[in-house]
Amino acid sequence: MQSRTLVRRVLKPTVFCMALLPFALLLSGAWRNDLGANPLETVTRASGEWALRFLLLTLAMTPLKRLLGRAWPLQLRRMLGLFTFFYASLHFLIWLVLAQELSWRNILLDIAERPFVTVGFLAWLLLVPLALTSTRAAIRRLGRNWVRLHRLVYPIAVLAVLHFLWLVKADLYQPLLYAAVLVVLLLARLGDGRAAFARSDR
Amino acid sequence: MRIHIRRPWELKESDVTPEEAFRQRRLIIKAAALAGLGAASPLQALVPSQGSGAVIQGLADTPYGKGLPLTDYEYVTSYNNFYELGTDKGDPARNAGSLRTRPWTVRVDGECEAPGEIGIEDILARIPQEERIYRFRCVEAWSMIVPWAGFPLSRLLQRFRPTSRARYVAFETLLDPEQLPGQKRPILDWPYREGLRMDEAMHPLTLLVTGVYGRELPGQNGAPLRLMVPWKYGFKSIKSIVRIRFVERQPGTAWSDLQPSEYGFYANVNPEVDHPRWSQARERRIGEGLFERKHETLMFNGYAEEVAGLYRGMDLRKNF
Repeated sequence: MQSRTLVRRVLKPTVFCMALLPFALLLSGAWRNDLGANPLETVTRASGEWALRFLLLTLAMTPLKRLLGRAWPLQLRRMLGLFTFFYASLHFLIWLVLAQELSWRNILLDIAERPFVTVGFLAWLLLVPLALTSTRAAIRRLGRNWVRLHRLVYPIAVLAVLHFLWLVKADLYQPLLYAAVLVVLLLARLGDGRAAFARSDR
Repeated sequence: MRIHIRRPWELKESDVTPEEAFRQRRLIIKAAALAGLGAASPLQALVPSQGSGAVIQGLADTPYGKGLPLTDYEYVTSYNNFYELGTDKGDPARNAGSLRTRPWTVRVDGECEAPGEIGIEDILARIPQEERIYRFRCVEAWSMIVPWAGFPLSRLLQRFRPTSRARYVAFETLLDPEQLPGQKRPILDWPYREGLRMDEAMHPLTLLVTGVYGRELPGQNGAPLRLMVPWKYGFKSIKSIVRIRFVERQPGTAWSDLQPSEYGFYANVNPEVDHPRWSQARERRIGEGLFERKHETLMFNGYAEEVAGLYRGMDLRKNF
């Protein structure tokens, strides 16, 4: 089998199933009523953290491609990006329906007045156009603009990390860990950008 | 010293029914109502003890909170905020093994005539312990209903004879990073400190807690001695106390020193005053399912009748 086919037939389905695993665990936990002392907190945290993890994984694919000199990370990028959107939407829905109990007044007040909610909501909102334009057709139709549009992923990542940092009460260890990973991933790109700039200069 | 100038419409102290008599009456009415319904008499039963700690001897029954649906022992002892034993809710139960609760002494000093130390054994042996079921409301908008064992704080404080300069009471948790490894990281300004106004400290609802579900406290719940002020957010109810001081000025407290805009000195449960980052109007009851609705948060956590008078004339938005 050629390596491209191997990626399509084996790697992608495997990653797809693994990416669904956290969701499956949450579903089974909800079904068996086994989500711990505070089920709402459990599902809110899990969905939020998985959204952030998939976002960072998505951002890791380009540096990984450079590092390994192989193309397969780029073939996974879209799927990981869509899983980011999936878990972020789950997180958002849990907040709307279970935490806010669909009280629209409180939802709007929260978005307007509480900075960690504002940036979280904004991060999700900016993910929507990226998810909608993830099809081959959209990529073709948008051409160069597609690349420009999808650079939104960088501000989204910053907003998502801020959302985590600002919601924590005192122990910043975990959000700072995610922030550090993000900084490393962004710096990796900065290096690439410079290299590309240097090449084009020559 | 607080001088109270009586306004014409206020009752004189002598007009007020003594609290004990008031409670007695309510108890009698309740008991009569229950007898009328032919119910088995839940007023005379302690909550069945649970856990592995030593049974608290001579625990007296009280009518406090009878009939409220208790939060499972398992949740009460596995879902805890005790950052000295880790910041995840499950950490304190996992790490409590490092906390040694014997021997344990509490130093009581400051503005009092008889400063001194008292050991936990003395506290358990000499001060009668009683069971009270209280609502417990965390500032994070979740709540439990817990059968505590303990005694009114006032009963301990009186022994040390506070002077008229004692206007506040300051509390401190044990400082020992070996026993409380969370103190190795500078999350809060250790040791954890809390404080109450003198009248709050002497209020009959304010408990020093030695046990839960009929047995001595597990480490994660603040063994061997913790505070329980049921009308305030949980962070006021300081755990594993080693020092109590009578002071003249409002003492600094751990959370409000860290973030004064979010955590006040009073921290009274109040559905109308939100935490800057979340609403306090409703609460999630621990142990309830994912799809169950939240409960309305009650003013002073349901103890308004008993404690609202302490804050008469105060702006509760400013003094949050």
